[in-house]
Amino acid sequence: MSAVLETRGLGHDYGSRKALDDVSLTLAPGEIVALLGPNGGGKSTLFRILSTVMDASRGEATIAGHDVRRAPADVRQALGVTFQAPSLDRKLTVRENLIHQGHLYGLRGPDLAKRVQVMLEAFGLTDRAGDYVETLSGGLARRADVAKSVLHRPRLLLLDEPSTGLDPAARRDLLRLLQRTRDESGTTCFLATHLFEEAEVCDRVAILDRGRLVALGRPADLVREVGGEVVKLTSDDPEGLAVAIRERFAMEAVVADGEVRMEREDGAALLTPLLAAFPDRILSATVARPGLSDVFFRRAGRAFEEGSDA
Amino acid sequence: MRDQTWLPAFSLWQREMVRFVRQRSRVTGSLLTPVLFWLLFGAGYGGSFRPAGAPESSSFEYFLPGTVVLIVLFTAIFANISIIEDRREGFLQGVLVAPVSRLAIVMGKVLGGATLAILQAVLFLAVAVATRSAFSGGGPGPAGALEAAAALVLLSMGITALGFVFAWRVDSVQAFHGVMNLLLMPMWALSGALFPAAGAAPPIRVLMAINPTTYGLAMLRHGLGRDATGGPAPALAAAVTVGFAVLAVTAAVLVASKRRKTA
Repeated sequence: MSAVLETRGLGHDYGSRKALDDVSLTLAPGEIVALLGPNGGGKSTLFRILSTVMDASRGEATIAGHDVRRAPADVRQALGVTFQAPSLDRKLTVRENLIHQGHLYGLRGPDLAKRVQVMLEAFGLTDRAGDYVETLSGGLARRADVAKSVLHRPRLLLLDEPSTGLDPAARRDLLRLLQRTRDESGTTCFLATHLFEEAEVCDRVAILDRGRLVALGRPADLVREVGGEVVKLTSDDPEGLAVAIRERFAMEAVVADGEVRMEREDGAALLTPLLAAFPDRILSATVARPGLSDVFFRRAGRAFEEGSDA
Repeated sequence: MRDQTWLPAFSLWQREMVRFVRQRSRVTGSLLTPVLFWLLFGAGYGGSFRPAGAPESSSFEYFLPGTVVLIVLFTAIFANISIIEDRREGFLQGVLVAPVSRLAIVMGKVLGGATLAILQAVLFLAVAVATRSAFSGGGPGPAGALEAAAALVLLSMGITALGFVFAWRVDSVQAFHGVMNLLLMPMWALSGALFPAAGAAPPIRVLMAINPTTYGLAMLRHGLGRDATGGPAPALAAAVTVGFAVLAVTAAVLVASKRRKTA
């Protein structure tokens, strides 16, 4: 099957700052892929280029076989976009918003009316179809927003941090709707997020840090690569504690995000000797299976929360 | 290929209409404010005012076409402020990634502004006639009404598109206030709406001569059966008004078509 999205050596500069650097990736039909990265990591820049509102400084990108720079009209027809802030007209009803959207994509008449009805039902919005968008809750407005983005049955749906401002229940609800849209229409979803739990449930995850693609794969595979367990210690003096552990136990211990961090095959077995050796310097200790945050740490060489302005 | 211009333009136009009706404050701003100005100027100057070179007419009569142009201007300003709001609230980004020609975005806005301006102007003129505060000497004939309507459509398209050129690039309503106060309001004040060119100081007369609104107002006055009081000849007024509308719409399409290189 041909790729729905393909980028080759995509790069972008804002002045002398490299916002995006040599990003090459391919998305297959029907995949749900997370674009994970800290704020300012280049996610929005990548989406602006893919959604044809901005030209890249370097490299190429094609969507459904159309080049984003040379054939923006074809790309736009194949593309749906859900923005960080809902792009609904708050003074219009849910149904009016959908009909207006259909017109923008060249749909009209009974075909459009039917499609709007189907979409309202699929997204559980039939009861609220006649209500002004400004009266909807954040979760419902987001649902209406996604319904609007997929009304014209795009091949690729870009979602820029769609769960911003949603509670966990609404967030899960959103992911279920994406999965159903994918199952029914084969729409590929590319979802920018800075939440690990959101990325973990996607088919694949692309990790973007400081404009570079540092990982691309299934979440389970990426996590397996880290292996073992991760031990984290809090301390009043994490730097000093890390030095002391390295000397005493002859093992790797680094400070990340204010915590001393160690990767071990058997983390639990390490706890007793550690606590015995530094009873006054360890405030708390945790042992956990690695997650995407540990993948990020390993691939980006720093903790996720440390920001992106390095 | 699907229609990327007229169906989207129609939809955007329709949205302008619906939003106007649902936002009562806009009716106040774009219709009642000019009417208030008209009442104040008309009653304030009263019988003591007669424009230089103007035939005998009441000040209500004199200020009538200028008030119509003010309705056009305020409608254009509100239409353009909504571009800035649409950008801020996120609606516009959805339109920009849709397969819609930039002409459609401009036409939706400009024709929306023109429609609203016409409706309000007709309402205003109807009230003026009903209260016998204008057209005491009889209203315009069909040809004159047509000319006046054409003047209104062209002028509102021109002014809305001119505002669009600025509103498209600014990201706050505050920034647009500068454009409004330094460009759009002076364009109205120096159009012959407040005083005729005949009696003005030479530098002001130059400004009035290069102001496209002057010609739109002259065309409107002529259509409504009012003497242009030393203003441009009817044919010149019509030609400049058409040219202004075409140029301004073209400029707006060019501005909207420019893809950004930076965030």
